[in-house]
Amino acid sequence: MKKFLASTVAVSALALMLGMTSVRAEDAVDPNAKQGGAITITYKDDVATLDPAIGYDWQNWSMIKSLFDGLMDYEPGTTNLKPDLAESYEIAPDGKTFTFKLRHGVKFHNGREMTADDVKYSLDRVTNPKTQSPGAGFFGSIKGYDDVAAGKAESLSGVTVVDPYTVKFELTRPDATFLHVMAINFAHVVPKEEVEKYGADFGKHPVGTGAFKLAEWTLGQRIVFERNADYWHKGLPHLDKITFEIGQEPIVALLRLQKGEIDVPGDGIPPAKFQEVMADPEQKARVVEGGQLHTGYVTMNTTMAPFDNVKVRQAVNMAINKARVIQIINGRAVPANQPLPPSMPGYDKEYKGYPYDVAKAKALLAEAGHPDGFETQLFAMNTDPNPRIAQAIQQDLAAIGIKASIQSLAQANVIAAGGDKAGAPMIWSGGMAWIADFPDPSNFYGPILGCAGAVPGGWNWSWYCNKDLDAKAAEADSVVDPAKAGERDKMWSAIYDKVMEDAPWAPVFNEQRFTMKSARMGGADNLYVDPVHIPINYDNVYVKDVQ
Amino acid sequence: MIAYLGRRLIQSLLILLGVSLITFALLYLLPADPVRQIAGRSATPQTVENIRQQLGLDQPFIVQYWRYLTKLISGDLGRSYIQRSEVTELIVSRLPASLLLMVGAILCELLLGLSMGLIAAVKRGTATDQTLMVASFVGVSAPQFVVGLLLLYVFAVRLSWFPIGGYGTWRHLVLPSLTMGILGAGWYARMMRSSMIDVLRQDYVRTARAKGLARRAILFRHALPNAILPVIAMIGIDIGIFMGGIVVVESVFGWPGIGQLAWQAIQRVDIPIIMGVTLISAFAIVLGNLLADVIAPFIDPRIKLR
Repeated sequence: MKKFLASTVAVSALALMLGMTSVRAEDAVDPNAKQGGAITITYKDDVATLDPAIGYDWQNWSMIKSLFDGLMDYEPGTTNLKPDLAESYEIAPDGKTFTFKLRHGVKFHNGREMTADDVKYSLDRVTNPKTQSPGAGFFGSIKGYDDVAAGKAESLSGVTVVDPYTVKFELTRPDATFLHVMAINFAHVVPKEEVEKYGADFGKHPVGTGAFKLAEWTLGQRIVFERNADYWHKGLPHLDKITFEIGQEPIVALLRLQKGEIDVPGDGIPPAKFQEVMADPEQKARVVEGGQLHTGYVTMNTTMAPFDNVKVRQAVNMAINKARVIQIINGRAVPANQPLPPSMPGYDKEYKGYPYDVAKAKALLAEAGHPDGFETQLFAMNTDPNPRIAQAIQQDLAAIGIKASIQSLAQANVIAAGGDKAGAPMIWSGGMAWIADFPDPSNFYGPILGCAGAVPGGWNWSWYCNKDLDAKAAEADSVVDPAKAGERDKMWSAIYDKVMEDAPWAPVFNEQRFTMKSARMGGADNLYVDPVHIPINYDNVYVKDVQ
Repeated sequence: MIAYLGRRLIQSLLILLGVSLITFALLYLLPADPVRQIAGRSATPQTVENIRQQLGLDQPFIVQYWRYLTKLISGDLGRSYIQRSEVTELIVSRLPASLLLMVGAILCELLLGLSMGLIAAVKRGTATDQTLMVASFVGVSAPQFVVGLLLLYVFAVRLSWFPIGGYGTWRHLVLPSLTMGILGAGWYARMMRSSMIDVLRQDYVRTARAKGLARRAILFRHALPNAILPVIAMIGIDIGIFMGGIVVVESVFGWPGIGQLAWQAIQRVDIPIIMGVTLISAFAIVLGNLLADVIAPFIDPRIKLR
């Protein structure tokens, strides 16, 4: 049986195919980094949990990544996969068996060595319905998942402990995204004895293998991380201590940053202060900008008249003046013409999208039998700037005769309306828009454009279901051979081009992230807008004023 | 007195029961699904259904409410959907901060309000009176969010007298207390003024004046204790207003109290926390009113409890 690839070779091949360079994990430490020091970071919202099986929020996502590790991770500040707790891996030619060799001597914060049993335990736990993990569905391709999810089995039959340092995964179908799945937080490795000790409170007493360990948690006020001196990745982390102050309004956080009291405002620059900050050269110099795997779009319910007519949907695509919408958010975005954001593999650079053309849009509407337009509703989340963006779109639609009334509601209510087939004709996705869970083109399809998401309570708010494309998507995801990654990306590009032909969405913009740091913070800019360790890669940043 | 107390306690319990039923029903009817909030956007329909079953949210309303109520009687407020921690633990960890803020706010509003009202009453009809009354009007009508940010900007950012938000020392307490207190101070100033003017018209004040008592003695020994009575009785009722205010003020100042907890829970449809905070607030309001009523006859013998 011919097996392709092993460890770094595999990653390099994959990375090359993705058009990126690969560095071995051990080489990734910044030579200029200084050791030691403490920083303070603020967040507005409480940290609900630090349990990797459960945490799925802006503020706890990268905290969890610093407390725990998975078999795979990404090179700091990039979307390039690399083995993490795994030392190497093999993929069988049929793409259905993945075998990981684990690093030796990796220790949990409680001092016990991490082994293959822990990997299996962690996956059994995250897929067990009792855990109530929001990420359980990511593991759907592992053999035995259905039985565990249905409560018929306690353990995934497709995960086998070969020896203490080898774990084998058998899948029910070839899954090109599986290495990404092994890198998301939900697949991070937890020690059984600690989970059993704390039960439902494990999220408040996290014990992992990560670069930092939890030193203090004062509910609602402060979380303190301290350096894990036994961290397996030598030279990391650089900081001795990170204090997270919770419950700070972004605007207050910015004031404190300006006074030098904090180092990074975790929620970024508040929109209301953006222009003021950018107008001040001293502050602007400390602003960090980065792309993110985000697309803001308008969904059109393809099962509701008149949006069941493709010409109407295409007309809407041509009616929206994206440049003006971007002005509303102070230029913190780039115009989008397809579902995938530009930094995502599979993004079609050649694709031009629908032009902004009012006359043509009107003509299309007339062809669809609505020469005088029609009345409809546009749902939007009620926090700034979304109502203002919805108004701009409303005006654009009015210019071609579509009279859309705006339904500005709380996030949970918009989500509920979108998940109801007769709920919302149009939704502006702002505030709830898709940010990829992992940097792979498939992540923008299944839940939000595929048939699987077009179910009550689903996230496919345009209720677009194209069985032919679903089959093509499955075909693309069965191309597991990293040597064919480029081919797979092309398959995905073609799928999204076809989606745009059917126009269930009007893509509007891809948001850029803007954050700030204090003058003492060191490390590459992309660590502060890390596309995967969102929002900040705590393991790799450092301070310049130590020693 | 005992009979009165007994009757009031039963009434209070009924009110709390009513509050729990109404809140629970409203949250049940809310067109937002808590399970979707827990499950997040990547969950498959099966994951969503699993979570719904685990939490018992697939049960009919009456079953869910009964289960909540029976647990509540044994002092169990349940576990947060999002945080997975005991709601009691979450509230207990944040309650001291809110109570401290409330005490600070009451001190601020009494100090500010009573002195403003007193001065305005004494200087009735003058420019001082008018200025104070305009100020109290502004205090009552200014949104707390704006007042908070303004105080932060002037006293913390510009003048550096106080820290910019946070919790810990008495210096952290000043600005949020002031922000909350300014609203109440406006009310108190107006009430104190009218109450004082009323008292100053009374016969006993005229008598005191006629027998040649010093102005200071008349004001502080005879008029003030009588004028202050109706104002003091307001403090109990104030607690209700505070409960609304802490949500905003705690957010602005990053004050780790139950207001902030409630606000975040509402955004995530975290029903056990919303229920818990609502019940605690209702309890505080009912208790405040009860105390105000019970204390009243001790302050003012003219009032009798029946």
